[in-house]
Amino acid sequence: MQTLKIVVTGPFSSGKTELIQSVSEIDVVSTERKISREAERIKQQTTVAMDFGRITIDDELILYLFGTPGQRRFDFMWEILSEGMLGFIVLVDSTRPETFREARRILDTFRSYSPVPYIVAANKQDLSDAWPPEDLRIVLHVEPEVKVVPCVATDKESVKQVLLELLYSILELTDEE
Amino acid sequence: MALKGRLEDFGITQLLNLINLARKTGTLYLEGAQKSSYLCFREGKLIYATLEGVDDSLPVILQRANVFTAEQVRMIQTNMPGKTDREIAQVLITSGRLQQQVVVKSVRDYVLDLVYQIFSWGEGQFRFEPSKLPLQGKIATSIALENVIMEGSRRVKEWERLQDELPDLDVPLKFADRPTTPLRDVNLSVEEWRVISFVNPSNTIRQIAQFNSMSELQIRKIVYSLLQAGLVEIIRPPRPVSMPTPATRPGVTGAATPASPPPTAAQMQRPVVKRGIVQKLISRIREL
Repeated sequence: MQTLKIVVTGPFSSGKTELIQSVSEIDVVSTERKISREAERIKQQTTVAMDFGRITIDDELILYLFGTPGQRRFDFMWEILSEGMLGFIVLVDSTRPETFREARRILDTFRSYSPVPYIVAANKQDLSDAWPPEDLRIVLHVEPEVKVVPCVATDKESVKQVLLELLYSILELTDEE
Repeated sequence: MALKGRLEDFGITQLLNLINLARKTGTLYLEGAQKSSYLCFREGKLIYATLEGVDDSLPVILQRANVFTAEQVRMIQTNMPGKTDREIAQVLITSGRLQQQVVVKSVRDYVLDLVYQIFSWGEGQFRFEPSKLPLQGKIATSIALENVIMEGSRRVKEWERLQDELPDLDVPLKFADRPTTPLRDVNLSVEEWRVISFVNPSNTIRQIAQFNSMSELQIRKIVYSLLQAGLVEIIRPPRPVSMPTPATRPGVTGAATPASPPPTAAQMQRPVVKRGIVQKLISRIREL
């Protein structure tokens, strides 16, 4: 049995857990806790270790989706989670410019762990105050070769498209058999 | 779709950079801590700016540029009531009282001066309204943002340095007991003389700025140069007894900071999986 891993990262409350839940065939193994810090009380719960979703490809192949904890004090987990990843998705809440600086920091950190393909997913594109993906590209200093794709993390079709775009990027770099 | 947010999270430099790179047309509305402003852009170029409390009528802009006197401005305003800046400019240019280049340069200098003031805004709200250009008879200019961003950033750095050197404006100044420079060799500007005339242990630096209608940046620059020249000294309040701060815990580090720059997209590593496996993943996800 071969297992493969894609990591979903991004700032606190960017929608990582929802994204994984939208496509995982199992209930996401989520290690969520009630938020204790007042400043981070914009949602009821947050991921403290990781989210864990699964997509069975065939009898011999399983794809795991790992979501990183969003709060900065758990970022020691990031490097552990990134080991052996096939690629990663940086999820950004397009309606919250206050998180863009953090998103850039996360993006740079993950790029330093492993030079694997990645994409940026601009979440909450269904909301009227969402910043357009092309503006996020500029703000996050994303290189032209890297995709910045629109996304709604609660919508399965949208999340499928995000995963497919990452896999197409990975495919471009794989050897011909 | 309006871009909006807080300046604390997304600063003026970043906003101008985004507008420049995305070649945006529209108006950036800013609500600072004390004032509001709006800046108009056409295809990524700055074309106009206003700041609350600053008269942006053309005659006043020309007076500020030392083209007209206050008396001349009063005459223009009396003789051409209700006319827009464009109409006033047209009359003055066609009557030969003003050259077009002078108008263009004066408006450009006014817009630049205003934008550089806004660069120091560290807090407030912003909103970008695409395609909206509330110019209403104003004379638009066209200023490339690259140089504005560079000069603005330089001024912000200068501002930060001055803030470091002179963090507290609520302290008084006194003349140095033994000036390092002989006073007879000192050439002071009018503004410096105005500050010097208020140096007194009962006046704080902030009060001196208020007496002279100077901005914080102006007073900091002048006081800093007077301090550097050894002409004045700050009267420091007695230092409170400070408690020792806890040392950083050994072995505890923050986020994993990259030791070397991260690889670029072009340097991406070939994945360890075979192409067929990636194709299997793609087929399966399409089926979901």
